[in-house]
Amino acid sequence: MSKRSLALLLILGVATLVGGLLLPNWMSYLFTIAMGKGLVVLGLVLLMRAGLVSFGQGLYYCLGAYVAGMLTQFAEVTDVLLILLASVSFSVVIAAIIGLLLCRYREIFFAMFSMAFSMILYGLLVRNQVLGSTDGFNVANPSLLGWAPGPEGASNLVLAVAVLLVFTLGILAWRYLKSLSGYAGEAVRENEIRLEYLGGSVFKIIYVKYIIAAGLAAIGGTVTALVSGHVDPEMAYWTTSGEFVFIALMGGTGHVAAPIIAAVLFESLRTYASAVAPYTWQMILGFALLAIILFLPSGLWSLVERFQNKKPRKAP
Amino acid sequence: MKQLLAILVDGSVYASWLFIISAGLTLIYGVMRILNMSHGSFYALGAYSGASMVGWYFSTGSVPWLSFVVLIGAALAAGVTVGLLVERGLLRFMYGRDEVVMILVTYAVLLIMEDAIKLIWGVEPYFAYQPYTMLGRTKFMGLTFANYDFMLIGVSILIGLALWYGLNRTRNGKLLRVIIHDREIAGALGINVSKIFTITFVIGAGIGALAGALTAPGLSVVPGMGIEVIVLAFAVVVIGGLGSISGALVGALIVGMARATAVHLYPEVELFVIYAVMGLVLAFRPQGLFAVANARKI
Repeated sequence: MSKRSLALLLILGVATLVGGLLLPNWMSYLFTIAMGKGLVVLGLVLLMRAGLVSFGQGLYYCLGAYVAGMLTQFAEVTDVLLILLASVSFSVVIAAIIGLLLCRYREIFFAMFSMAFSMILYGLLVRNQVLGSTDGFNVANPSLLGWAPGPEGASNLVLAVAVLLVFTLGILAWRYLKSLSGYAGEAVRENEIRLEYLGGSVFKIIYVKYIIAAGLAAIGGTVTALVSGHVDPEMAYWTTSGEFVFIALMGGTGHVAAPIIAAVLFESLRTYASAVAPYTWQMILGFALLAIILFLPSGLWSLVERFQNKKPRKAP
Repeated sequence: MKQLLAILVDGSVYASWLFIISAGLTLIYGVMRILNMSHGSFYALGAYSGASMVGWYFSTGSVPWLSFVVLIGAALAAGVTVGLLVERGLLRFMYGRDEVVMILVTYAVLLIMEDAIKLIWGVEPYFAYQPYTMLGRTKFMGLTFANYDFMLIGVSILIGLALWYGLNRTRNGKLLRVIIHDREIAGALGINVSKIFTITFVIGAGIGALAGALTAPGLSVVPGMGIEVIVLAFAVVVIGGLGSISGALVGALIVGMARATAVHLYPEVELFVIYAVMGLVLAFRPQGLFAVANARKI
């Protein structure tokens, strides 16, 4: 990545942050949620580039959120950094175990089993009285290194952390996709046997991607829990995971920025649509999904690529 | 002893309900290689059309016994019509695409149907308890069972037998099995694959709707019921092996008994136990109990 694009990204990051803080409360709330979901979808996109569609990212989204919520409620830990660290490490450990089983599967089996695992968590949570059963429980306001802002300051804090995370993790994911292991993902999608023949371990490649995706989903869940101040088992329900798949398809897998932009777009559309057409929102989603599959199979990002390709390229 | 009997009966009732739901799902997958996410919506569609028609039928004050015909007839009509619409109007343009893409397409159908149902029937719950209470209850060894539940077991056996007979003893069923083995060769032999696909999808959708109609009298028909059911059906067909009818039967029995045991002994793990069983089966037999493993294509 050149110095120029890094500087551009930095300016964009600061602009997003300032813009987000200046927005009216409900909009900055929406924006933070979108950042959180964007991170989950970023992980999903890593998997999708390897040809695997997970219908169960809600598992780690919910795990991350519940770890965050339980830390604030039962252990009285409110430090954002500690919470993030705890929920990511917990989800990564779980992913490392489940991944051993799941990474043997491909295609629809991978999709369905990842869904089943998230439903296991859902099933456990709805029956757990201590954790509030189907209602879930409230999450206390976060703090940072001993600084505890009030309720309004706390949501600004989460927003700042979320934007920072999106940009750092986005750059890291971009770097990762340019690395050997990142490119190997596409090789897995194209032809696994050839990759094995070349000396790569397909299982290891998928396993690593699965764990990274789980970590990203946990961060997204933590951000959502901290900004909304509430967690419930619905986060692990398979429709939540379906939503992530929808956002991923909408953005496309062409670039790390695609899922983030798609998430912002999706959340704004949803807020608008659920106010205007509460009973037809899913139907709109369904038709949009069909339209994407039929006319824009590489997602919205393919429009950007088309635009870029039209510009005459400078000679190197 | 009493508890064991209760578990056995509840388990069989639940298993037969699961079998009716998953038979359609596994049939469609076996023939068309489409894991039909919208199957749950057909279930909900059947429940809604059955319940609303039964409600209307009883308000006219006609012969109560005929309400079963109304219940099943309404659901089948709705399921077959919408199934035909979905297959001819959408799915046939998508054949030959990746299986994962087909999941997403049927997921879109599910989202559309969920809201279509809300638009047609509203969001208030529907009740069609009359057929359930009409059959009365049986006392046996100090336990009371609803006769309707026993009827459900009978119906599921009938459906299982009909599917078995249709697939193994009729000409169309044999053609269908040829397609399951090899779609391309079947087409080359002159079998009208697309016609059989349409028939299969319509039958699958019809069974799904029938399952919904049969469930409707036992509970309240509410929005979102199809979404809950679809993951259960997936667990069942995956345990038995995708695309295998006998697999669906075994899967339904395993899940049904496991759940009944959990409900009676450890109610906290009711949902968990279903997926735990599924995970256990798959850890040892990744392709499910009854499916033949596919050779990987290079």
